[in-house]
Amino acid sequence: MTLNPAIMALVMVSIVVCAMLLLASGFAVRVLRYWDIGSGSERQLGLERQTYLISTLLIWAFSFELMSLLLFIYNAESMSGQFVGAMCATGVLNVNAWGWPTLFVKVAVFFVAAVWLTLNYLDNQGYDYPLIRHKYFLLLAIAPLVVAEFVLQLLYFGDMDVAVITSCCGTLFSSQAEGMAAEVSALPPKPMMALFSLVGVMVSTCGIRVVLRRRGTRLFAWLASATFVIGLMSVVSFIALYIYEHPHHHCPFCILKSGHGYVGYALYVPLFIATASALSLGTVSSLGKSSSLTLAVDRLLLRLGWLAVAGFTLFYLAAAWAVGTSNLTMGDVWW
Amino acid sequence: MLAFLRKQKYLIDYTLASLLRRKGKNVGLLTVYTLIVFMLASVMLFAHGLRHEAGLVLQSTPEIIVQRMQAGRHAMIPAEYLQRIGRMRGVTKKEGRLWGYYYDSAVKANYTVMTGGQTDAVLSEIAIGSGIARVRGLAIGDYLTLRSQSGDAFSFKITAVLDTESELVSADLLLMAPGAFRHVFGTEEGLYTDLVLSVRNPREVSKVAEKLAKLLPDTRLITREEILRTYDAVFSWRQGVVFILLVGAVLAFVIFAWDKASGLSAEERREIGVLKAIGWETADIMRMKFWEGAIISLTAFLIGYVAAYVHVFFASASLFEPVLKGWSVLYPRFRLTPSVDGLQAATLFFFSVLPYIVATIVPIWRTSITDPDAVMR
Amino acid sequence: MLIQLRNIEKAFNQGKPNEFWAIRGVTAQFEPQRITCLKGASGSGKTTLLSMIGCLSRPTSGRICLGGRVISGLPERFMTEVRRHTFGFIFQRFNLIPGLSVLENIMLPAYPLGLPYKALRKSARQLLKQFGLSNKADNPVQWLSGGEAQRVAICRSLINNPQILIADEPTANLDSKLSREFMGLLDELRHSGRTILISSHDPEVFASTAVERVVEMRDGMILDATG
Repeated sequence: MTLNPAIMALVMVSIVVCAMLLLASGFAVRVLRYWDIGSGSERQLGLERQTYLISTLLIWAFSFELMSLLLFIYNAESMSGQFVGAMCATGVLNVNAWGWPTLFVKVAVFFVAAVWLTLNYLDNQGYDYPLIRHKYFLLLAIAPLVVAEFVLQLLYFGDMDVAVITSCCGTLFSSQAEGMAAEVSALPPKPMMALFSLVGVMVSTCGIRVVLRRRGTRLFAWLASATFVIGLMSVVSFIALYIYEHPHHHCPFCILKSGHGYVGYALYVPLFIATASALSLGTVSSLGKSSSLTLAVDRLLLRLGWLAVAGFTLFYLAAAWAVGTSNLTMGDVWW
Repeated sequence: MLAFLRKQKYLIDYTLASLLRRKGKNVGLLTVYTLIVFMLASVMLFAHGLRHEAGLVLQSTPEIIVQRMQAGRHAMIPAEYLQRIGRMRGVTKKEGRLWGYYYDSAVKANYTVMTGGQTDAVLSEIAIGSGIARVRGLAIGDYLTLRSQSGDAFSFKITAVLDTESELVSADLLLMAPGAFRHVFGTEEGLYTDLVLSVRNPREVSKVAEKLAKLLPDTRLITREEILRTYDAVFSWRQGVVFILLVGAVLAFVIFAWDKASGLSAEERREIGVLKAIGWETADIMRMKFWEGAIISLTAFLIGYVAAYVHVFFASASLFEPVLKGWSVLYPRFRLTPSVDGLQAATLFFFSVLPYIVATIVPIWRTSITDPDAVMR
Repeated sequence: MLIQLRNIEKAFNQGKPNEFWAIRGVTAQFEPQRITCLKGASGSGKTTLLSMIGCLSRPTSGRICLGGRVISGLPERFMTEVRRHTFGFIFQRFNLIPGLSVLENIMLPAYPLGLPYKALRKSARQLLKQFGLSNKADNPVQWLSGGEAQRVAICRSLINNPQILIADEPTANLDSKLSREFMGLLDELRHSGRTILISSHDPEVFASTAVERVVEMRDGMILDATG
């Protein structure tokens, strides 16, 4: 295992978050068992007070998770000098089989956490806490995810062997290579661009319908997930090429560096926010309305809807800008 | 939204006033907190600075070094190897180097001796590193006497004191003409310490190295990439070791913070009770306490980090000097080129602020759930 | 706002050996815009009852209705919401926060509401003027005399413009002259349309002409209601 402060920090954060979630899960089980909003007994009072602790624990746990996601990528970036063949984060993630799964689980935790925080926010506005059971069942589902992340990350860092020659974006994303990354980048840019634009139109139409008519919320959540995946695939497949102005450089991380004007943040931040809002929106609307929340739900759906629409719009604008201002012409180099 | 921001402002106002009212308690916490940040940040900045420095130094070194191996040990390499290499695609420059170490018994220090490169340099002139100048009390125009292999003494006139950006490498350096080097160390003509090759395109380095390995089977090839990689690994590993040593300190800090956060005075408890009774909600108290933590953390982080920055880059990490001095008498009085990066700051945050937050969550919650009717009992 | 209590019971340390029932079945009704005094020895449960009416705590069983709305079953988060806007509290030991100025102490209950600072300060100054404390606004509260501190506490209880004032043993730390003055102030407040509930065993209070109704309590039960 490589002893580097950033890795130690990541492992430590992971342990802390696991501990916090397990603690919160313990409370959640008690809440699910004994919760009785009508009772004035001391146990019920105690449980109600514990909900404050659970919320706080989770808000912190999830903020730590978000920061650790960033640190994970920065660290991969900075370790690229230590592996033969690695020139950026992609190469370091590729050092062993655990790198990419760790990243994916981290992203998944981010989204589930966003949904949980939305539910929590909403639940606290209803005087009878109508979502409390949904909320704590979801919490019990998050705990294993966080533990999985801890294990994967430990395997990833523990298995890091400096002697291994890894392959970086150049080879990983080359059309000859095999595996998922290669397949994503081997996606022909032209149809990919068409698909990318198509989901863009669909998701924004649906989003505007949600905002104006309050209809199709679940469809919107599905479309948003699709847009997220297709958006990331498009970054690898062609947007990155335009940013690097290089027909073979597919790396989805180097665009976060100063050398490329941090344009990656302009792409990823809105995309993540939009997707998280849309997922929360879908979840909230499918839970069914409770009388104490009707007003709050309506207001929240509207806000989330706008946030998602704005996020996707910004993402597409950033992508269009990156493609439009690039000097790269992919005339006949590629197809 | 506006009301939300105003509320936070009120809470911060209240927190600041309450922090100032309990100066004694909070100054203690702040001092320990700052010290933790200072120690961790010093180590990080120092290691990062060294790594950065090494990178700068290596930037100007050639891409490939060829050393001859004899019986598993480094041996002098004949000049004809340069001819044997011949013209190779991608190699822009190749030359032999002469270098070695000279032990000066007068000050019990090792000097690194290198040749100035140009063959027409005056035999009796040398340039010395600032470390040597300091230890021996020498200046330009003075004479330095070295004993040669055969026992004869040679006097050199000092024409320059090396004062490069990076004193780390030049402190113990002696630069002399190749002819003088051969005299002092008794190295025969036609032999070099090693050969260096410059390769312009980094992608060709491994190809060139591969060809060389076939062409000169009795040599060892060292590429710059490899040195950099080793440095990278060694520096971050060392940093990791120091951090593990500091984990004890961080844990002590966690216990201290927990204790401070849970050990409220009767007066503080009553205050929280009053606030709750007059209309503050549990979440308001928690938010207020959050701002308290944020203010303390931010202050400690900023003071600690700036102090560490000054310590490492302006005071030459003087607190680490005794540890590092063991490595050479000619300890360079170097000033690292200031360099900071986001990864470092984020890591530091995780080692100092995160433990504090985690340590205070439960105590803060316990305080916040004080019964609102407690003040009436 | 009419306050109705039905079968209120309150236990402490429930399920433990030192279980203690502070209130055992109280049913009562308090009319708006009146001064009502709960009278009884210490330990009779009057403070506990007031704290439940004032949304400071929740009954173990029974219902409390405030103007027709049931408030006894609300979680703490929402009880606070009701408390903030409906009740003002005056405590036995004034409970001002030392180190803060008079003005800040008065504004404190409004902090979580996030009102604009200027408007808030204006209403605080208005209250100070009404109670003749304008020149003390920026003094730290430790410098105040007992009577002044009591008036600051009244100002603080009024900052969120509550309908109902709850005073727990308000005269315990005042001499008879100040107590009489205090009752006079409460009387004025009642005339401005507020409902006032006091707990006290001080004859200066329950025998005062301002008090329209006295409810006597003993051992967590209401003995006798007059008026």
